[in-house]
Amino acid sequence: MSPNATQSGRRLRARLGLAGLGLLASGCSGGVFDPVGPVGANDAEILINALMIMLGIVVPTILLAFWMAWRYRASNTKAQYLPNWSYSGRIEAVVWSIPILTIMFIGGVIWIGSYRLDPFKPLPSKVPPLEVQVVSLDWKWLFIYPQQGIATVNQLVVPAGRPVHFSITSASVFNVFFVPRMGSMIYAMPGMVSQLHLQADKPADMFGISAHFSGDGFSDMQFQVRSVPQGEFAAWAQSAKGSGLALDRAAYAQLAKQSHNVKPYAYAAVDPQLFKAVAVLHEPPGPGPEPAGPGHAGREITTVGRH
Amino acid sequence: MFGKLDWSAIPITQPIPMITSVVIILVILGVLGLVAAKGWWPYLWREWITSVDHKRIGVMYGLLGVVMLIRGFADAIMMRTQQAAAIGGAQGYLEPEHYNQIFSAHGTIMIFFAAMPLVIAFMNFLVPLQLGVRDVAFPTLNSVSFWLTASGALLVNISLFVGEFARTGWLPYPPLSEGTYSPGVGVDYYLWAVQISGIGTLMTGINFVTTVLKMRCPGMSYLRMPMFTWTALASSLLIVAVFPILTATLAMLTLDRYFGFHFFTNDAGGAPMMFMNLIWAWGHPEVYILVLPAFGIFSEIFSTFSGKPLFGYRSMVAATLFICIVAMMTWLHHFFTMGAGAAVNTAFGISTSIIAVGTGVKIYNWIFTMYGGRVRMTVPMLWSMGFIFTFVIGGMTGVLLAVPPADFLTHNSMFLVAHFHNVIVGGVVFALFAGLEFWFPKAFGFRLHEGWGKAAFWFAFIGFWVTFTPLYILGLQGMTRRLQHVNIEEWRPMLLLSVVGVAILVVGAICQVIQLVVSILQRDRLRDTTGDPWDGRSLEWATPSPAPFFNFAVMPNVEGEEAYWGIKQRAIETQQLAPEPKYEAIEMPVNSPVGVYTAFFASVTGFALIWHIWWLAALALIGAYAGFVVFAWREVHEFEVPAEEVARVDRARRAAREAALARMAQAEGTAS
Repeated sequence: MSPNATQSGRRLRARLGLAGLGLLASGCSGGVFDPVGPVGANDAEILINALMIMLGIVVPTILLAFWMAWRYRASNTKAQYLPNWSYSGRIEAVVWSIPILTIMFIGGVIWIGSYRLDPFKPLPSKVPPLEVQVVSLDWKWLFIYPQQGIATVNQLVVPAGRPVHFSITSASVFNVFFVPRMGSMIYAMPGMVSQLHLQADKPADMFGISAHFSGDGFSDMQFQVRSVPQGEFAAWAQSAKGSGLALDRAAYAQLAKQSHNVKPYAYAAVDPQLFKAVAVLHEPPGPGPEPAGPGHAGREITTVGRH
Repeated sequence: MFGKLDWSAIPITQPIPMITSVVIILVILGVLGLVAAKGWWPYLWREWITSVDHKRIGVMYGLLGVVMLIRGFADAIMMRTQQAAAIGGAQGYLEPEHYNQIFSAHGTIMIFFAAMPLVIAFMNFLVPLQLGVRDVAFPTLNSVSFWLTASGALLVNISLFVGEFARTGWLPYPPLSEGTYSPGVGVDYYLWAVQISGIGTLMTGINFVTTVLKMRCPGMSYLRMPMFTWTALASSLLIVAVFPILTATLAMLTLDRYFGFHFFTNDAGGAPMMFMNLIWAWGHPEVYILVLPAFGIFSEIFSTFSGKPLFGYRSMVAATLFICIVAMMTWLHHFFTMGAGAAVNTAFGISTSIIAVGTGVKIYNWIFTMYGGRVRMTVPMLWSMGFIFTFVIGGMTGVLLAVPPADFLTHNSMFLVAHFHNVIVGGVVFALFAGLEFWFPKAFGFRLHEGWGKAAFWFAFIGFWVTFTPLYILGLQGMTRRLQHVNIEEWRPMLLLSVVGVAILVVGAICQVIQLVVSILQRDRLRDTTGDPWDGRSLEWATPSPAPFFNFAVMPNVEGEEAYWGIKQRAIETQQLAPEPKYEAIEMPVNSPVGVYTAFFASVTGFALIWHIWWLAALALIGAYAGFVVFAWREVHEFEVPAEEVARVDRARRAAREAALARMAQAEGTAS
C-alpha cells in the first residue's frame, strides 16, 4: 500500500479538481483532504468516491423537485392539471429502483472499504512497524515508545516512510486518538486496547486531537505530531534519553491526576510493564476531580479549569 | 435535612446564569401576577391546565416546545459565539465548566424538550381529528403525559439556578458520567429530568398506538388513514419499542451513581461500551420518532397545495414502515471508530444506508405529487421545498458518514454536527414551522400573516446554510466538536462565518415572532370562517376552526381515501351539503387535575432525589401515588353534551359551509 500512497494522493487531488471542489480542498489544507500517508489518502478517496456517487443522484433530484414545483405552479395555465392522478406502476418501480441501485453501489464501497481499511489490520511494508503505546489521560496524551525505552507527553514523533503500530488505551474516560492528516481515528477506552496502523510518507508538522469529549480540559487535548526522516527520528529518540525524567509507577500516578494544557516533554526511561498495567487496570484509573469543598454544594469545581 | 442542598448551590458568582435566572423568575412572576390580577386563574385551570381535550393538550405541548426551542436556541447562540471568540489562545467568555453545561443542555433540551413536545403536539392535535374521532384512547393519561414532560423541562431549567446541569454531552457517556468523574448534581439533573419526561413519552406512545388501532371512525380502514396518521402510528410504535431501553439504561447509570453499582464503571467489571450500545439502540430510532411525523406533515402539505392526492400512497406507507423497522438495526454506526471490526462495520454501514432507500422513495413521491398539480407556493410549501433541498443534502452527508472509512475521518467532527443539524433542522424543524402555518387556523380560527411567514422562511433557510456549511468545512479540516476554545488559527474564518449565519437565523426567529403578533392584531382580517382555509383533503378540515371540543357532531362515515375531499366533492357536485343528521347527546370525558397533580409531585421527587433529600422524595412519591389512587376510584368520568348544544354548534358549521358553497357557485357563475 505504501508505494501507492503518493500516487493515490495525487489521484485524490486530481479527483478533487475534477469535481470542481478545488475551493473545498484548498480550504482544507491541514485537514483530512491533505493526507500525508496511505491510510489518510485511502480514507479520503473513499469519502470522495461516496460523495461523487451521492451527488450523481442528489443533484438531479433537487433539480427535478424545483422544476416540478415551477412547471406545475398554479399560475401556469399551460401545464396539464391531473387532479386525480396519484399512481403509476412504472414511476413507482423507478422511484424504488433508483435509491436501491445507489445503495447497492454504496454498499459495495462500504464492504470493500471496511475490510481494506480496517484500523486493526497491519500495513504492508518491508520494514517492521514502529511500536507506540498511547494512553489518554485527563487531559493529555502519553506516548510510550517501548522499542526506544522512552515516553513523551503531548508529542508524537514518527519516522517518515515506516508504518507505526499504535496500541491505544485510556486511563480514565473515553477519548479518540485522531491525527487528521494521517487518517483513521479510533477510540481510547479504559480497560481495552485498540489497535491502529498509520504511516506518514513524508516529513510534516501536524496536529493530533482527541475527537471525543472527555471533560473540562478537553479543548487542550491536542498534541504535536511530527513525521521526520529516519535518521532524524533516531537522533530525536536519543535526545529524549537525555531529558533525565523517568516514568516509573510513582511518576505515572502523579501524571494520571487531572491537568490540562500540558506542554510537550519527554521521559528518558519508562517502566516497560506500564502500558499493560494501565490497560488491564492494575494501575488504578485516573482519580477524577478532587472532592469539591463543602462550600460548593453539588457544583463541581474543576481543579484546573480556571484561567 | 436537605441532603446536599445548601445556599452555595446557587451560582452567585457566575453572572450569566444568575442574570438569566433572575430575568426568567421575574418574567414568570410577572405572568403569574398578570393572570392573578386579571382573574384568569379559574379559566386557565378549567379550560387548559386540567383539560383532557387532545387539541388543548396539543397546544400546550406546542407552547412548551416553543419555549424550550427558544431556550435551546439561546444556548446555540452562546456556543457559536464562544467558539468564535476563543481562537488561538483566547478563552472567550465562557469557562469550560459553563460551556460544557451549555452544549449538554442544548442537545438535551432540543431533543427531549423542544423537538419531542413539538412533534407530539402535532400528533395530539391531529390524530383524533384525522381519524374522525372525538378524543384519544386515554384522554386523562394524555394529560398526565404532557405534565410529566413539562416536569422534566422544569427540572432542566431549575438546574440553571440551583446547582448545575450535566457537563457530559446530551448523552452522558460513562465513565465520564460516573460518580468518579462527575461528582456534581449535573448528571443527576439530566437523569431525573429525562426519566420523568421519558415516562410521559412512553405513555404518549401507548396512547397513540391504541388510538390508531382501536378508535377509527366508521369506514376509516388502515389504508384510508391520512399519511400523517400513518407516520404518527409508526413513530408511536417506535416509542413503545425503544423508550423502555432508554429508561432501563438511565436506571442502570442511576444505580451506578447512587448505590455504587458497576454497570458502566471502569473498575469491578463494568462495561462502559454497553452504555453506548444501549443508549444508541434508543437514540437512533429516536431520530426517526422525530422525523417520521415530520414526513407526515410534508405529505399532507405537498398533496393539499398541489391540489392532488399524495402520489404512491401505499408506497409511502410501505416506506414509512420500512424505515420504522430498519431504524432499529443501525445503532452501531454511532461508534464505527470503537474498533468493532470490518464485518460488523460493514453490516451496520449497509443497514444504515439502506434507510436512505425509504427516505429516497418518499422524496420522489413528494416530487411526483406535484406532477400534474396546481402548486400554490404558500408559506407551508416554501418550508417544504426548503426541506427537500436541505434534507436531501443532509441525507447525502449521512450516507457518507455511514461509510466506515469515511467515518474514520469525520466521526465526532464538526462535519457530523453539520450533518445532524442538516437533517434535524432541515427535516424536523422545517416541518414544525410548515405544520404551524398549515394547522394554525384549525387551532385558533385565523391564519398567520403570509408576508412575515415568507420573510421568516427565507431568513431561516439562508441563515441555516450560512451557519452550517462552514461547519462541514471545519469538520473536514479536522475540527472536532465540543471545543470550549480553539487552538488552531486557520479555523477562524469559518467560525466567524458561522456566527454570521446565526445572526441571520436570529432575524428569522424575530420575523416568526412578529408574524405571530401581527396575525393576532389582524385576526379579524385573517379569520378562517369556513374551517377549510387551504382546500384541505383530510377530516380535520371538515370541522369548523377552531374545532369544537367534541370534534365531530356526528361520526363521519368514510368512503374512500382522503375522506374529507370526497365529502367536499359530493357537496360541490350536488350544490348542497349532506342532509342534516339527527343530533344525539355526546359523552365526553371530564377534566381532571390528576395530570398536573402527579407532575407536581414527580417534580418534587426528582428534585429531592437529585439533592439526596430522601424523606422528601419518599413523601412526594406517596403524594404522586395517592393522586393515581384517587383518580382510579373516581365516580364520574364522563359528562353528557346535550343534543341541542351539539346541534347548535353543527348548524353554525353547516351554515358557514353552505355560504361557502353559494360563494363558489356564484364565482363559477360569473366565470362562465
